Amino acid sequence: MLSTIEPQSTVRTQPQGWSHLDALEAESIFILREVAAECTNVALLFSGGKDSAVVLRLAERAFYPERVPFTLLHIDTEHNFPEVIEFRDRMAHERGLRLVVRSVGDSIRNGRVRLRKADESRNPHQSVTLLDAIAEFGFDACIGGARRDEEKARAKERVFSFRDEFGQWDPKNQRPELWSLYNGRVRPGENIRVFPISNWTELDVWQYIRREGIELPSIYFAHRRAVVRRGSALVPVTELTPPHADESVEELSVRFRTVGDITCTAPVESAADAIEKIIAETAAATLTERGATRLDDQTSEASMEQRKKEGYF
Amino acid sequence: MSARELLPEAQLEDHGLLRFLTCGSVDDGKSTLIGRLLLDSKGLLADQITGLEAASRRRGLPEIDLSLLTDGLLAEREQGITIDVAYRYFATPARKFIIGDSPGHAQYTRNMVTAASTADVAVLLVDARHGLQPQTRRHAYLARWVGIPRVVLAVNKIDLVDDARGAFERIRTQFHQFATGLGFAEVREIPLSALRGDMVVERGDVLRWYRGPTLLQYLESAPARHDEQAQPLRFPVQRVVRVAGGNAQPGSGYEIGEFRGYQGTIASGRVHLGDAVVALPAGTRAHVTEILTPDGPLQQAGADMAVTLRLDTQIDLSRGDLLAAEDALPYHGQDIAAEVCWFDGEPLVPERPYLIKHGCATVRARFAALDHRIDVDSLRLVERPQTLHMNDIARVQLRAQHPLAVDPYTSNRTTGAFIIIDEATNRTVAAGTVR
Repeated sequence: MLSTIEPQSTVRTQPQGWSHLDALEAESIFILREVAAECTNVALLFSGGKDSAVVLRLAERAFYPERVPFTLLHIDTEHNFPEVIEFRDRMAHERGLRLVVRSVGDSIRNGRVRLRKADESRNPHQSVTLLDAIAEFGFDACIGGARRDEEKARAKERVFSFRDEFGQWDPKNQRPELWSLYNGRVRPGENIRVFPISNWTELDVWQYIRREGIELPSIYFAHRRAVVRRGSALVPVTELTPPHADESVEELSVRFRTVGDITCTAPVESAADAIEKIIAETAAATLTERGATRLDDQTSEASMEQRKKEGYF
Repeated sequence: MSARELLPEAQLEDHGLLRFLTCGSVDDGKSTLIGRLLLDSKGLLADQITGLEAASRRRGLPEIDLSLLTDGLLAEREQGITIDVAYRYFATPARKFIIGDSPGHAQYTRNMVTAASTADVAVLLVDARHGLQPQTRRHAYLARWVGIPRVVLAVNKIDLVDDARGAFERIRTQFHQFATGLGFAEVREIPLSALRGDMVVERGDVLRWYRGPTLLQYLESAPARHDEQAQPLRFPVQRVVRVAGGNAQPGSGYEIGEFRGYQGTIASGRVHLGDAVVALPAGTRAHVTEILTPDGPLQQAGADMAVTLRLDTQIDLSRGDLLAAEDALPYHGQDIAAEVCWFDGEPLVPERPYLIKHGCATVRARFAALDHRIDVDSLRLVERPQTLHMNDIARVQLRAQHPLAVDPYTSNRTTGAFIIIDEATNRTVAAGTVR
């Protein structure tokens, strides 16, 4: 991609002394303040991934000096990288924020989720656990770090996206959303999903992480890891994802571009062990974030839309 | 040689962010144009192109169908139409772009307006074989109504007409006559073929008679809207922040004592330390004692910045109120003259109260009078409509339950805009601009 890397200096060349990151940040802060003002019980979906780390930082900046007035919520598939879980817990603790974790494993054990086969990815089943958590805590708004550049169904979604009492998204009948006048009105049982970084790209996220010095789980940076090559993807060798009999295990220098469920998140080969190098690689990337790293979106053209309609983030 | 290499170096400076939308009648090639723009400006990555090829093959198409890139919903691909706006992001060395690809069907006009409300430039497509359509005029009108200063009429499918130059000139003249009445700051016509790629990013070799910029060249150099700085200060209070009794951010330095401030985004103008401001609608006066950001206090701040203001006196000020420059107050009152566009399938019931969301204020209001409906084809006014149906645009008088501080939309896009919500359904049923 022909994106340019911004100079590090803080000298701003825009007419208003205003860079594109300033514009994106201001828009996100406005959105976060709007949710806090219009909704009464708000969850911020926090997985420990880079997008949720950016949203958390934006929230801190939006409400400063007040503590972020949201509950952190993680829908845990129990298939997470330990570095990410450690990071998630530490972030919440350091900020004095309430962290609620609800597990897809519990949903499976209590029969709310039925797997077709034991080793299938738990990722799509997060919807059930999420909707149950929303009902349990009575959240009227849930903030997510999804971006429109990630996927073509996401590209269609409003910033304030309405969900009916079944948690469903009706993409053919979204509320018009003009200017920055967001309509967050819901009735009991309904909720609003809010996407404050809708308009950010992967490169924007990395540039902002650099600018703000945002801490991330270590697996975002290049490290040695045992992997196998499966199709066009690298699959990390873990207890959950053992190598097939005919596969040979290699140890490569890799990093993760996303850090979701272990069973459906693939690392990319990379020597980028520092943020500068990641930004350079992102600017020169020839594959999209999901194309390179997600094993679950490629099943059909509409798998994301289908999952979103069912309540997925 | 690509078009970009032809650009003089001086134009390659960073022009920041430009938001534009593609609009126009159905089947005029909006989604294809965006696909072409992304493909030829190298804004598509390898797996997106592979996916596009596979999707096109599944549909039995001989070549890749660029429109499949933005038509992201099942129903859209099924029907081959665009239902809702798709947002796309790409960058060239000169600029970052946010594109809103909007639907052409009249039924989904509200989604076009959604994309238009934040755009700096409208790229209005017209099929060279068919010329201006009612929906072309409607979209031109709506683009102007939401205050987009610049419109590009992209005369598409120019490769499919025999006398390309003659057709282009005819449509251009026709559009100029129509658009002159609307008052755009700039109207620009470009002949192109989204399918073949001529005059989108590359110049191609068949439109040699056309000497103007390609679409991308135009978009790389068109000014983004930055007109809010020159206006008087308007600061809608989004949120009152109170820190006391342990709800300070750890490490913020406010763990002890009390803090009270007003959070919001400056809609227009600048605020300096010590400035006298007036809180509306109450009319009380105060001075700004602190402009706070997480990076520390500022001496001054300008439009679009999200800040926290503190004042020297404890006045009654809450979410939905407005801080304004003492020497340039907006109108504040309950009677508001506006132009509204009705979006909802259910027509307006003039006897019912609706909710108005204006800035950070939400108040009840009723339609005191429906003055005119605007026929967007002829731009003629139709007197005293009985009601408003989907896509109707009308000049109306509103009576709000509480006073609102408003500016004409032409001078302020934040304090001059509102949406209308039906309390029974919570749907956004209309949007309005203050006259």
